[in-house]
Order: sequence, then C-alpha cells, then structure tokens
Amino acid sequence: MLCDICGKNPATVHLTEIVNEEMTELHLCETCAQAKSQQMEQQFGLSDLLAGMADFDKPVSGEETISSQCPNCKLTYTDFKKIGRLGCGECYTAFRKYLGPLLKRIHGSGEHAGKVPIKLAKTISRKKAGTEELRLKLQKAIETEAFEEAARIRDQIKELEKKQQDENAAE
Amino acid sequence: MQLNDFLNHTSEWLKGTGPHSDIVISSRIRLARNLAKASFPHWADKLQGKVVLEAIEAAVKKNNYFKNTASFRLDDVDAVDKQFLVERHLMSMEHAQKSENKAVIIDTDEVIAIMVNEEDHLRIQVMQSGFNLFEAWGIINNIDDLLSKELSFAFLPEWGYLTACPTNAGTGMRGSVMLHLPALVMTRQINRVLAAIAKLSFATRGLYGEGTQASGNFFQISNQVALGHSEEEIIENINGLIRQIIEQENQARQALLSKNRALLEDRVNRSFGILKSAYIISSDETIELLSMVRLGCDLGIVNKCMDRRTINELFLITQPAHLQKIENKKLTSQERDVKRAELIRTKLKIQ
Ligand SMILES: [Zn+2]
Ligand SMILES: [Zn+2]
Repeated sequence: MLCDICGKNPATVHLTEIVNEEMTELHLCETCAQAKSQQMEQQFGLSDLLAGMADFDKPVSGEETISSQCPNCKLTYTDFKKIGRLGCGECYTAFRKYLGPLLKRIHGSGEHAGKVPIKLAKTISRKKAGTEELRLKLQKAIETEAFEEAARIRDQIKELEKKQQDENAAE
Repeated sequence: MQLNDFLNHTSEWLKGTGPHSDIVISSRIRLARNLAKASFPHWADKLQGKVVLEAIEAAVKKNNYFKNTASFRLDDVDAVDKQFLVERHLMSMEHAQKSENKAVIIDTDEVIAIMVNEEDHLRIQVMQSGFNLFEAWGIINNIDDLLSKELSFAFLPEWGYLTACPTNAGTGMRGSVMLHLPALVMTRQINRVLAAIAKLSFATRGLYGEGTQASGNFFQISNQVALGHSEEEIIENINGLIRQIIEQENQARQALLSKNRALLEDRVNRSFGILKSAYIISSDETIELLSMVRLGCDLGIVNKCMDRRTINELFLITQPAHLQKIENKKLTSQERDVKRAELIRTKLKIQ
C-alpha cells in the first residue's frame, strides 16, 4: 500500500480520522505522518501569553511609558514589561492607558462582566446597572400608562445621574 | 489535622463518582484574589508578605465555615510533604518552589485548598469528582463571599479582580476539567482535538498543571479568557466544549470496540498482566498501564475488574512522594520502582 499523501513511499503509519462524524483511514509513510503530526502540534501550541505581550512595546496612546510609576508600590511600567507581572492592584490605575489595550488583546473584550465583591456591590451596581434598570422600569411604566409611577422613576434617574456626576468629579 | 491524615483518605478528585466519571476525572475551579493596596507576592518584601499571610489566616479562622480547615505554612513543610501536596493537587508546583510567607489552607475533605502568596495573594481552589463545574462554582462563590467580608480585594468595576498577571484579571477564574481520553489517543485523533481546543482559546495541560506534559492519556482543559464574560458564561462555555470531547471519546471507544476489539483486549489485558506481575516499575509506566486498565474496565473487557476508585487511587499512591510517605522513609528512584511494583501487586491481589 502506498502513502495517501505522497503516493510514493509505502504506507507504514495508519491513522484514523473522524471528519464530520465519519471515520476515515489514512495510510501514510513515515515522513508524511511526521509532517502531519507536526502540523497538528503547531496548531495546538499553548497560546503563549507572553507572545501576545511581546509587541506591547509598540507606541500606545501615551509616550512617557518609561517614566510611569505606580505611586503605591513603586513598580515602573518598565519593570512590568521586564517581569510580566504588576506590583499591586493600584498599578492597574497607574498604568490604565497602557493596560487597557493590553487587556483587550489578551481577553478580546473590554469590560468585567462577572461578580463584584460584596462590600462594593451596592455602590457598583448603583453606578453601573442602577440607571439602566430604572430606564427599563420607566419604559414599562409608560407602556402600561402608569404615568404617576413613570414620573417618579424619571426623578429617580435624574437624581442618580446627578449623584454619579458628583462622585466622578470627586474622584 | 496533620498532613499524614490525608494518607488514609481518598481525595475528592479520585472518588470516581459524579457525572461522566468514566471520562471526566475531576472538575476544578480556581479564583485569584488579591488584597487591595498590598504588593503582589513577587513584589512584596518580607514584612509585607507576612502581613498578608496573617491577614488571610485570620480571615479564615474567623469564619465557622472553615472550621474543618488547617493552614500549613510552607516553611514548616519538608520537601517530600510539599511534593505530596502537589501530587494530591492541593497546591501547584510553582507554590512548592519557595516557602517564605507561603501557606496552603486545606479542608479535611480536600475539596477546598487555598494557596496563600502564590502568584496572587489568594488562589482559592474547589475540586469536585466527575463533570461538575457548576457544583464547584457554587461552593467557591460562597467561599469568596465569606472571605470578602473580612478582606478588601483589589477590584476595579471595569476590569474586575486585579491580579499579578493581567491574563487572570477580570473574574480571576479558571475552570478546568481533567479528562481521560485513551481512545482519542489510540485512534490518533487527539492532536486534531487539541488543535480545535486551542483555536477556541482554551488551554490544555497535563496531569500536573502548568507546563506539564500530558501523560497516561490525561488532559486538563481550562479557559484562558477571564475578562468580559460572567463566571457562569465561562463555565457554560467550558461545559459545551467538554460535552463535545466526551462525545468524541465515546465514539472513538465504540469504534475501537467494533473494529479493533481483539487489539484492544490484548492491550488492556497485557497491561493488567504487567501490573499484576512486575517487580520493578516506573511511575510513567504505571500511569500508562493503569490508563489502559481503566479503559478496559470502563468498556467491560477485563475479567474481575477493580472499581474505579481503586484504580484512581493507584494513580496517586504510586507517585514518588506518596510511596515515601507510605514507607515512611526517603527512597531512591530505584527503591521506589521496587516498592511501587510491590504495592501494586498487593492492591491487585486484594481485589
Ligand atoms: Zn508519503
Ligand atoms: Zn502598584
């Protein structure tokens, strides 16, 4: 039997592949079998996070990369590039403009969508989901012609938005 | 509680129970958490590290939920015991490298393991037998809530939990499932499956995590993306992938049975024969042979089969540190190979 791929050498390796739920037999010579398994190996290669990080030397929005330092733990952005680890939670705020694009590159998406620590849950859900939830309620109230309630909700939203603006200004 | 107590105890992940336990050995969820403002372990000085360790131990002690846990400071744990913990999947190999200000907090059932001052201040792990990620999530979510009442975690609304390595930021969660895929390996389809897994941004590791080779047909599959999706979504994504792999492994097993039954029976029963009669055997060979026997038992082609729990346990107690703990002395590699064979022969005779 000759090799299915090159058709020249005798087939010594017999592979079973299931393609679209159908088993197909592949008869390959040593050389072609090796090439095939290497090709598969390469596709497999554990996605190397540092490879993704390697090109973050490229200019990102800011220019003064080197001089940035975390005021809390004193780690510099250069340190981070060298060791691939941040120094403390505050580093994320200190290096915000560089980390934003990097996080997007690693995770493919920008915003946290998971759980929130209990202690912060109240303030954050108010900030993030508070107005959205109220807007939905408002829409429903209008749809059901509960105008009194709608007016009340509208005032709540205004109040909440004002509060958030004040908080943001304070930060 | 002492480490030796674990010797006579079956690890949660080896129970051989739970959904799909013929193919799925165990499900594990890990959460990375850090204390706000404190330097991450690699960047902290000695004193900072100590403050973090003590704060975490105190938080655990304060809550009655953790009454069946003990904290083992790695400064007080010798090399064999460290390896023993790694073999039981209670801590990572990386955690075992250095010991200053590091600890691992474990519960008596070995369901919960909290590594303190590993890459992050806290690496909380919950392990379940079989295909059971949501069960594990329920437990670990509660633990995280309890700890977050005592500790302030580093967190930003838009980036979630902040971790030493930005790859873990967001949920800080990694769900992983340990699979036994001998038929996909035997039918040489495994590389194709692994390629597909990598394309979907999931990672594959071996029996012992980060940087280890897959051995004995065991593969650990976990999510890589931690930010931008909720914990439940991430778990649902892993589950979807695992269901497909289980399906493919089952198909390959059936294909082997119908097309190559004699070959399969030969390999399985030869493996069993070697285990029953060998006088010197390495750890690698043991894992390879046990993998075949496990497959044979799952498919019902071995006479007088052992139960799954016994097979699973043999994988563990034949590991180097376990052998030395059982013998209660240091053994050279050659001595271990002899003792290992002896232990296996005894266990298989009892069966
Ligand atoms: Zn060829
Ligand atoms: Zn910092």
